[in-house]
Amino acid sequence: MTETAEGKTRKTALYDKHVEAGGRMVPFAGWWMPVQYRSIMEEHRRVRSTVGLFDVSHMGEFEVRGRGAAKVVNRWITNDAGNLKVGDVLYSAMCYEDGGIVDDLLVYRLEDGFLLVVNAANEAKDFEWIREHMAPDAELVNNSRNTTLVALQGPKAEDVITEVGTGPFRDLGFYRWCRAEVAGVKCLVSRTGYTGEDGFEVYLDWDDGPAVWDALMEAGRPLDIEPVGLGARDTLRLEVRYCLYGNDIDKTTTPLEASLGWAVKLDKDDFIGKGALAQQKAEGLKRKLVGFEVEGRGIPRPGHLLLVNGSEVGRVTSGSFGPSTGKGIGMGYVDKGASSVGQELMIQAEGKSGIGATIVRGPFYKQGSRK
Amino acid sequence: MNVPKELEYTKEHEWVAVDGRMARIGITDYAQGQLGDIVYVELPEVGAEVTAAEPFGSIEAVKAVSDLFAPVSGVVKEINSAITDSPELVNSSPYGEGWMIVVETGKPEELEKLMSAEDYEKLVETESP
Repeated sequence: MTETAEGKTRKTALYDKHVEAGGRMVPFAGWWMPVQYRSIMEEHRRVRSTVGLFDVSHMGEFEVRGRGAAKVVNRWITNDAGNLKVGDVLYSAMCYEDGGIVDDLLVYRLEDGFLLVVNAANEAKDFEWIREHMAPDAELVNNSRNTTLVALQGPKAEDVITEVGTGPFRDLGFYRWCRAEVAGVKCLVSRTGYTGEDGFEVYLDWDDGPAVWDALMEAGRPLDIEPVGLGARDTLRLEVRYCLYGNDIDKTTTPLEASLGWAVKLDKDDFIGKGALAQQKAEGLKRKLVGFEVEGRGIPRPGHLLLVNGSEVGRVTSGSFGPSTGKGIGMGYVDKGASSVGQELMIQAEGKSGIGATIVRGPFYKQGSRK
Repeated sequence: MNVPKELEYTKEHEWVAVDGRMARIGITDYAQGQLGDIVYVELPEVGAEVTAAEPFGSIEAVKAVSDLFAPVSGVVKEINSAITDSPELVNSSPYGEGWMIVVETGKPEELEKLMSAEDYEKLVETESP
């Protein structure tokens, strides 16, 4: 975030590990984070082929407890946490009254409450929003500054964590969590991620970060594990069409427009934004977030215009070269009439000749090992 | 960072190998490192005219796109078509197999405005994070 003064930019517990590994450190959402170590392309391919390790300690973690926790959490989010059992994880959006998105987040059903994991750039805003919408019979704690979070991602992630950890990792289902030990350190481990590959996210006390990082890197060495930076995190998530808050979703877009309707449960009890979303659904969407592939050379970039027959139908919100698809890929909102699969688009950067692209269905990369 | 002494440089991070009126042009090791993995390079055609300080092509990395600025004015005599097929050559060999174009300069005085290796190293030091 450019508005963050560098002097206030924080370091994760793993900062020294990144510098030692040659990470190129950049300020991101108020934190010094590695954008890449050796090469975005190689880091990306390592996650697809074997395994990579990410520091995502910049993410925000809130815990909600108390008698009224279940009810109030379900009021904040669009998906339904009502039927979650201890050990479940749920993806959801959190909306304003007008249906615009405050954030997207993961909701963990704990033994005695809920863990909410939010985007780093939104942590302060989300905490404030949630505090304003608290119930008197629930308590809220912000653990963002004392939680280290690492993501072990790739088809070989299970082998690596089993090597160095104690826990039911092999039996852990997708979007489930367990209490475990990794390198002798107590932690919470979930089978989740942002890459389209199988993998685990490991939550631990801040100070335990370096020891667990080293142990995972050591256990992964026979599999050529690499540390992976934010650059490859972005290309990995884009290839499987996961939304990024600030690019593809924000307060001006609704989850229905973003094709996140599966995470909006209009039949559950009242939640913030329900009225606006129900109305939008009844009236029909005017625009939709679509994914498109470039036919020849050229790479869509955020902000490029999307044209049909010379008329603007939208703009690119995320765009990159897809290291595993071998072509330019992107997402953007287009007018409903131009949102069908197979629709041809012209992507136009200012002052440049256009790039031809076609709207496609589903993820760009479909061979992921995600369970 | 590799800055060969025998080459000349621009503040846009290009290198120039001067041979009489012929100027062979590429991007520096520092530039390829900053760009990261290069996936496409767009070059002009042989015979095209280029103008000093104006774009003559572009380079797309995974995360960013950059214009290529002509260090000198003149006519393109050769292009390195190997890098349009294998753009990673610009990363692996920026001063060798990753060269871009050869320009026959019409204004030899422009060559005198190029920077020495020492001056270029100082420039990079001021830009480095």
